[in-house]
Amino acid sequence: MSKIAVSTTVNGDPAEFLCDAGESLLDALRGSLGLTGSKEGCGSGDCGACTVMLNGQMVCSCLVLAVEAEGKSIATIEGVAEGSVLHPVQRQFLEHGALQCGFCTPGFIVAAKALLEVNPDPDETEIRYWLAGNLCRCTGYDKIVRAVSAAAAELRQERSAA
Amino acid sequence: MNAPEPKGKFRVVGTRPVRPDGIDKVTGKAIYGPDFVTAGMIQGAILRSPHAHARIRSIDTSKAEALPGVKAVVTSADFPGQSAKIIAAGETSSSLQNIAATCMANGKVLYIGHAVAAVAATTKAIAEAALKLIVVDYEVLPHVIEVEEALAEGAPILHEGMITKGLDPAPDRPSNASMVFTLAGGDVDAALAASAVTVSGHYRTAPVHQGYIEPHACVASWNADGQGQLWISSQGHFDLRNQTASVLHMPSSDLRTYPLEIGGGFGGKTGIYLEPVAMLLSRKAGRPVRLTMSREDVFNASGPAPGIVADITIGASEDGTLTALKLEFWNQAGAFPGSTIHSGVMTALGAYRLPAYFARGWDVVSNFAGTKAYRAPGAPQVAFVVESCLDDIARKLGIDALDLRLKNAARPGDPGPTRVPHGAIGYVECLEAAKAHPHWSAPLGPNQGRGVAGAFWGNYGGQSTAAVALAADGSVQVTTGSPDIGGSRASMAIMAAETLGVPYESVRVTIADTGSIGYSMVTGGSRVTFATGKAVIGAAQKVIATLVERAASLFGVEPGQVEWRDGAAHCLDGERAGESLSISAIAGKAGQFSGPIVAELAVNPLDYLPAFAVHICDTEVDPETGNVSIIRYTTVQDVGTAIHPDYVEGQMQGGAVQGIGWALNEAYVFDGNGRMENPGFLDYRMPVASDLPMIDTVMVEVPNPAHPYGVKGVGEAPIVPPLAAVANAVARATGLPMRQLPLSPDRVWAAIQAAK
Ligand code: FES
Ligand code: FES
Repeated sequence: MSKIAVSTTVNGDPAEFLCDAGESLLDALRGSLGLTGSKEGCGSGDCGACTVMLNGQMVCSCLVLAVEAEGKSIATIEGVAEGSVLHPVQRQFLEHGALQCGFCTPGFIVAAKALLEVNPDPDETEIRYWLAGNLCRCTGYDKIVRAVSAAAAELRQERSAA
Repeated sequence: MNAPEPKGKFRVVGTRPVRPDGIDKVTGKAIYGPDFVTAGMIQGAILRSPHAHARIRSIDTSKAEALPGVKAVVTSADFPGQSAKIIAAGETSSSLQNIAATCMANGKVLYIGHAVAAVAATTKAIAEAALKLIVVDYEVLPHVIEVEEALAEGAPILHEGMITKGLDPAPDRPSNASMVFTLAGGDVDAALAASAVTVSGHYRTAPVHQGYIEPHACVASWNADGQGQLWISSQGHFDLRNQTASVLHMPSSDLRTYPLEIGGGFGGKTGIYLEPVAMLLSRKAGRPVRLTMSREDVFNASGPAPGIVADITIGASEDGTLTALKLEFWNQAGAFPGSTIHSGVMTALGAYRLPAYFARGWDVVSNFAGTKAYRAPGAPQVAFVVESCLDDIARKLGIDALDLRLKNAARPGDPGPTRVPHGAIGYVECLEAAKAHPHWSAPLGPNQGRGVAGAFWGNYGGQSTAAVALAADGSVQVTTGSPDIGGSRASMAIMAAETLGVPYESVRVTIADTGSIGYSMVTGGSRVTFATGKAVIGAAQKVIATLVERAASLFGVEPGQVEWRDGAAHCLDGERAGESLSISAIAGKAGQFSGPIVAELAVNPLDYLPAFAVHICDTEVDPETGNVSIIRYTTVQDVGTAIHPDYVEGQMQGGAVQGIGWALNEAYVFDGNGRMENPGFLDYRMPVASDLPMIDTVMVEVPNPAHPYGVKGVGEAPIVPPLAAVANAVARATGLPMRQLPLSPDRVWAAIQAAK
């Protein structure tokens, strides 16, 4: 079976890869593109470890076909920090000890960043429901919720200062 | 939080600095098990049994071998013969035969998902296509899942010839009960007969999975000269190396094993599944081979923790003083013997003063994946039984649930589970802190109930090696062999910095491969901060001794006239009294002395102490649907000393939430063929963020006097009380006993309907 060529944009840069027709976007990212920051916890859309943004839409990349990325733009955990400057969500995860093993963390950070882009001042319930598609088995979510809340406050401050 | 919380006597211990591996983990750079790639690597895949119990008549791999792109095919015929020798398998031990059979079925398959053959090929797709070409001829046998079925007259026997150990006289016929463990003292029947009140109950829990988000994965490379390399994410690369080398009959030192970052383990990554198979594939293929599990494989063929069936009776006098406890429980061990009955028995006997007691656990095998350690292995199930029954006593006597526990709680000097007196335990302090917490007296609304449960985990010491080396600029390299699952690099750096008197940031921690440092046993048993910590602190103290000696020589005084304080050597006497030499000033002069400053220390401490915990849980039960919501949750725990409080709180919160999942939703559900019906996260429902409230933590600090900073171990105790805390809350909300887990809506609804 011959491979399909896909041209896309990953974290702002042009990217091309070859994939099988049935290959998931997650496999293409982790395989051909070498971006192993997105994780596979289930491969069935139930854990959120593979969360990426596809044309600004939050998706489970294990449920997206790699060929669907043709002509679209993808944002992954590897593009969340600007160079070596961490995004406030990343920094607050560290400050709050919101990760233990860290395997779920990339998915949570991509999802939390997406939340704060649409809702700059989420309350606890809004954070919990937005992140309900991301499983963390280590933390019990408490420190994750606090970290996201603190990142929201930090971003609001940045915006009002700007 | 990053705000330092100085504790008076400590400078760094008790602060909350950012973990050293943090940036890699929030930017996606950290390399976990499934992320690792090496040159020339090819892909493996495993053929798994579709039958819960069957004899393998033959396996024909010829068509698979002929498929272009296939580089190797392996079956149990490629494994060397195994002895019945028992070796350490993480937190438990097992026979080599059973360890090998966990990796590849030998003669019989014992569960759906049991590995029967494996292929390595140039691509995963070819490897998977080749699996379809392997022909296995099975003779299907009847299977058993539940303990009662496994022990019934005429039940199919999983392990032919297995005679129950621990019974006197020994049974004369094989059965599926591998072992019995009993601890007894006093005349328990007489004590119960004489008690003012007794309460009995029959309890049941289902097998549950550890549920780490990272599936198992490894890469193996085995060269023609017999030397090999393994890259794994595990709780202990030394132990997994030893198990793999033992199964493959190779010297351990021929198998250099590299730790990758681990995406959760909770006990489930203390033993081998894929490793020897990947090794054999690699040797045949002459290439490095990667093997991974899918989530379905993880559920079907790794982990779970045993379900139990239990009968308990507890007696008490009018004033609530406990008189006797009688407990018998049957662990649903899965396909291989060796589930955690010992710690189950200990759990029943270590928390309260009991004049008479009898506790017996049965290890019973049946046709699902062999169970593995899961956070405080064996304890949560038994604590559920004991703490639920205690709640019944409290209600019957009209005594406050915490007062009943306070009255009977074990104090320092009281007999521990094996009658060795307890050391500096903090159960009473935890119960008092729970009682004083505003949660305990907060008002409840309609359909709400408050439950409480206490419990403990014994913790562990175990063997660890650590090295501390100074660079010429005085910066510090700490090396251990203990994988970091939840922030232990940070706690090692804190303890080294505290000991040496240097800033946290000047200490870096490496988790070294098996070729770079001596043995450390698995990260498990809540042992690492305690035992590996002792090795780090001890090695740092040796480094200080060298620094002091060299400083003395530079000052021209005796070492006794030099004091190490605040990261510098201070001259107390002689001409240069009052002068000091910094760590870098001394380390930079290594060339004038006998070489670089480095110290290694191996330890095996036995002076660990148990961790006690008390959890308070409020639930609201919807009488229409039986749905249970957790509306408030407080965890109180004696943590000894919290080295890095964020990660201690994180352990308390994470353990509590795993316990909440166990209590409310999680269970292996089997169909009539022994097939797990819910091998995915959609149907095996672990708690998500929207199911939960914040988890309040109260860290009680009763230090362990045998550890320089008072560490006890915190990781496992938090999962012991929640099963009972939740069940007791639901029982109080509904006024009905809740003796079978999980308390899923249908079960709670049925109980409410039945009581109408
Ligand atoms: S791997 Fe995509 S949701 Fe779990
Ligand atoms: S930190 Fe381990 S799964 Fe979330």
